[in-house]
Amino acid sequence: MSEVKLDQMNNMQFDVLREIGNIGAGNATTALSQMLSAKIDMKVPKIELLEFKELGELIGGAENIVVGILLTLQDDIDGMMMFLLEKRAAKNVVGLLMGGFGGGADSEEFSEMELSALQEIGNIIAGAYLSSLSALTNMKISSSVPYMAIDMAGAILSVPAIEFGKISDKALLIETEFGDIGEEVNGYFILIPTLESYGQILTSLGL
Amino acid sequence: MGTMVKVGMADLNVCLSPDAITTLGLGSCVGIVLYDPGKKISGMVHVMLPDSAKIRNNENLAKFADTGIDELLNRILKLGANRGALIAKIAGGAQMFAFNSNNEMLQVGTRNVEAVKKKLASLHIPIKAEDTGLNYGRTIEFYPENGNLIVKSVGKPPKTL
Repeated sequence: MSEVKLDQMNNMQFDVLREIGNIGAGNATTALSQMLSAKIDMKVPKIELLEFKELGELIGGAENIVVGILLTLQDDIDGMMMFLLEKRAAKNVVGLLMGGFGGGADSEEFSEMELSALQEIGNIIAGAYLSSLSALTNMKISSSVPYMAIDMAGAILSVPAIEFGKISDKALLIETEFGDIGEEVNGYFILIPTLESYGQILTSLGL
Repeated sequence: MGTMVKVGMADLNVCLSPDAITTLGLGSCVGIVLYDPGKKISGMVHVMLPDSAKIRNNENLAKFADTGIDELLNRILKLGANRGALIAKIAGGAQMFAFNSNNEMLQVGTRNVEAVKKKLASLHIPIKAEDTGLNYGRTIEFYPENGNLIVKSVGKPPKTL
């Protein structure tokens, strides 16, 4: 099995992980696009190897308020999958999905119905990401139900960071930003496998 | 007004009046302030995990409650803080996602707070104020000039501890 050492990753390994982000996020973006009947594009995935002190700054600063949907992964790949939307973008997403029945895009708070819609979106999107990853690697991936929090980005990202903290002083993540032209619905997919799972993913792809 | 010293995740620093010290977006992590009110010497550490002994990769002292507090104590004693006068204020240790499962990896906030309290008790440093637990993130700022710890959260008025 390939062993992944965070400080000694080669370009080939980075390229493969970037490609995983590409395929996973590509499918997830398509799913989101169809659900909202809007054109949504994704950027080139980034493989980030970050120190924890940099991690909080990832999504527009540690105090930026975001909606975070988290699924834990098990079976052949352990880790977490996160789907993050800026608060304003999350409002727009439910607005588009529910055609104005959500409870007013102007109000600061999310209604129960909006929250549940967001959670379901997270579920579908993450499912699209993970099933393409599963098909690509021939690995079985099951995910938990989606958990949601609306809070400061730093606080939300601390949850996967702590998991990585157990094995390393840095976190390795596959991050893909997406958005429409008007930046109405921009957000991020972040796949955070455990170190061991990174090795298994690379092995399954012949590296 | 002094400058604001920033402390990141798994990071620590010290701060003298009139400066202030802050850490942004504490989730399940815990922020610990040690403070000598007489000399107005303070320090802050942002710990992620309860116990360095259970983890193999533990080079970063500031990552753990036990080693992080030890290291912070050393740093402020070097600055001349009076060991017997020290007090602590702590915040954080939230459970960010409302899990109904008893998934151990998701209750790290509670375990962090417990570990911090245990460590401070073993050092005989009294906790003068705390804002811990629940399910929301916190940004904290500490002002050694007056000993105030300001806790800011989303959608809530700031608290002074």
